[in-house]
Amino acid sequence: MAARKTTKKPNVSAEELKTYYREMLLIRRFEEKAGQLYGMGLIGGFCHLYIGQEAVVVGLEAAAEDGDKRITSYRDHGHMLACGMDPGGVMAELTGREGGLSKGKGGSMHMFSKEKHFYGGHGIVGAQVPLGAGLAFADKYKDNGRVTFTYFGDGAANQGQVYETFNMAAIWQLPVVFVIENNQYAMGTAQSRSTSTKDIYHRGEAFGIPGEIVNGMDVLAVKEAGEKAVAHCRAGKGPYILEVKTYRYRGHSMSDPAKYRTREEVQKVREQSDPIEHVRELLLTGKHATEDDLKAIDKEIKEVVNQAAEFAKESPEPSLDELWTDIYA
Amino acid sequence: MATEILMPALSPTMEEGTLAKWLVKEGDTVSSGDILAEIETDKATMEFEAVDEGIVGKILIAEGTEGVKVNTPIAILVEEGEDASTVTATAPAAAAEAEAAPAAVEAPAPAPAAPAVPTVDLSPDWPADAEMKSMTVREALRDAMAEEMRSDEDVYLMGEEVGEYQGAYKVSQGLLDEFGAKRVIDTPITEHGFTGIAVGSAFGGLKPIVEFMTFNFAMQAIDQIINSAAKTLYMSGGQMGCPIVFRGPNGAAARVAAQHSQDYAAWYMQIPGLKVVMPYSAADAKGLLKSAIRDPNPVVFLENEILYGRSFDVPQVDDLTVPLGKARIWREGTDVTIVSFGIGMQYALEAADKLAEDGISAEVIDLRTIRPMDTGAIINSVMKTNRLVTVEEGWPQGSVGSYISSVVMQEAFDYLDAPVITLTGKDVPMPYAANLEKLALITTDEVIAAVKQVTYR
Repeated sequence: MAARKTTKKPNVSAEELKTYYREMLLIRRFEEKAGQLYGMGLIGGFCHLYIGQEAVVVGLEAAAEDGDKRITSYRDHGHMLACGMDPGGVMAELTGREGGLSKGKGGSMHMFSKEKHFYGGHGIVGAQVPLGAGLAFADKYKDNGRVTFTYFGDGAANQGQVYETFNMAAIWQLPVVFVIENNQYAMGTAQSRSTSTKDIYHRGEAFGIPGEIVNGMDVLAVKEAGEKAVAHCRAGKGPYILEVKTYRYRGHSMSDPAKYRTREEVQKVREQSDPIEHVRELLLTGKHATEDDLKAIDKEIKEVVNQAAEFAKESPEPSLDELWTDIYA
Repeated sequence: MATEILMPALSPTMEEGTLAKWLVKEGDTVSSGDILAEIETDKATMEFEAVDEGIVGKILIAEGTEGVKVNTPIAILVEEGEDASTVTATAPAAAAEAEAAPAAVEAPAPAPAAPAVPTVDLSPDWPADAEMKSMTVREALRDAMAEEMRSDEDVYLMGEEVGEYQGAYKVSQGLLDEFGAKRVIDTPITEHGFTGIAVGSAFGGLKPIVEFMTFNFAMQAIDQIINSAAKTLYMSGGQMGCPIVFRGPNGAAARVAAQHSQDYAAWYMQIPGLKVVMPYSAADAKGLLKSAIRDPNPVVFLENEILYGRSFDVPQVDDLTVPLGKARIWREGTDVTIVSFGIGMQYALEAADKLAEDGISAEVIDLRTIRPMDTGAIINSVMKTNRLVTVEEGWPQGSVGSYISSVVMQEAFDYLDAPVITLTGKDVPMPYAANLEKLALITTDEVIAAVKQVTYR
């Protein structure tokens, strides 16, 4: 965990800060609600929460332009909310209902939005990495100046197809930002037990792909690094790697016994490096917002999440003939 | 407002658990994320975190209690100044709501019953008076790709040695010269990776043709073919299709032994979301490949190295296409139906010629597409001949023939006058030695013997 740096005064407007606060808070409250609904038996199967990692997607979405693409693994709720997908549609997919973004047929791990250029939501660890490079391949083919954010974790970073992809992304100079969301645990295996190098982005050097470490608990640092990476891709210089050091507060999935790390370790990160608290502090100390302003935002977000949950509970289950649709185009 | 804390489900299968230990007591203030209790499930002891903020007003289930059902209230959380005793547990209602939410599973919709006499598309694929020209399967495949690449800028070819080498089996000969390196792309030897990239580019709006040097190497990439290409349309509720063709030689060539001699028809046939094509003749190879490239779905297109050099008459018509999912009756007959596809057709047709000399009239059907399968054409024929032999190079267990046999038994049982014989390659890895390889493969004589068996001759 990179310690939070407070040395530099952020070059950011009050409005931007409030936007990041709102977006990160939406993800956190949404995920807490999802956890709650899971506990009530309304969400089934696997459910991987993004709590703690909010600054990563919010910072990178701030660096994206309209038409840029994004793709990630199964821990995908945060990415969808950050790129503007409807919270009700995401939640209703979690409850497996007709109003879900995949009509209830994909679930937590498999959601997509052509409109928001969100290409999933993939359940096979590492598979999204060549797929993301393929999206970038299509953009380069069409010469449309778009960039693809391809997210994967420190666990996926040990899949062979990641390096097959690095090689081709480099030789074909694909406009793809590889975002390694390093939350330090591949399910229950600490990075030090699974990975030969401390910093994973170094592996890009073998393919001539530049990269850097980013403090993933600081949304402004993520945004700044994202802008640099995107500019590199848009300039036609090929792929770029951002290894974003972050931390997952909750278990790998809902059925995580949490025996592989101490409660103190989690508590320390929550208390000292929380990405939402960080922006909250910046807003208050910079006198960009009052406690009341923030309370109003909290209330507004709570309302959005409650509405999403209501929609997800009330939306009917898919009709039985949906079993047989969408198999072939 | 007071809120009830319910016994959570902590795994996909948990129905009840043991409340092992409370880590808070009545009167404690808790905030979101604090550990409230340890709960033992059938798999592990897990920590249960608070979602809401408040004060623990009342603990309803004592620690050590076993068999606490999911959704039972276990504690009450109150706000400052609120009295827990005024809160009455609404347990049954809450639990009932959660249970009621997912509607009871109703009986599945019955599968549509097959019509007694299936409707079969017997229309010709090209005009009877079309001018014919002899052409190899290799040339036909190349022409199909070239024509589709000329008419659609989004179609491109990717694979090992497809460009400067001109194709490991020369199928892509000349394409680099005509279309350039942007659209005829040599890849490193990295099937898993380039297949994923091609699938991603199809999600991104292109129409890739992925050439596997042979389908044996596609096993490195099969996760991307099945989990990414075939399933995404369904998982996205119809939003994200994958128009892509995976093609290359499949099955045994000659003397290349076990790792290079496998027929994958039955493997890919199993996957909903994929289409699977396996042509025999050059005309079908051309017409089916053009249709496959235009199809909005992922298509596995299984070719055969031995057939590449074989010549057939190909109709010289503008834009020759053959619809996917339509079988072809190569030879009409009355005594037995022989169903095959790909190189198996060679044995089926040779056998039919020899059987005719013995006075046995065989109807020979080339499936051409394995999925969706034209089972109507098979059943229609079996209703006439009352006997069926299937011929393929793949292994016996879970073969294409065993699927056909089950369909015919279920839909045309009363028409069968003999058990269906499913001829396959032998149930062994392909040996290298010439005599053993010959023994492992299907032969024309085996087809003849099977036909004689089902016709009781």
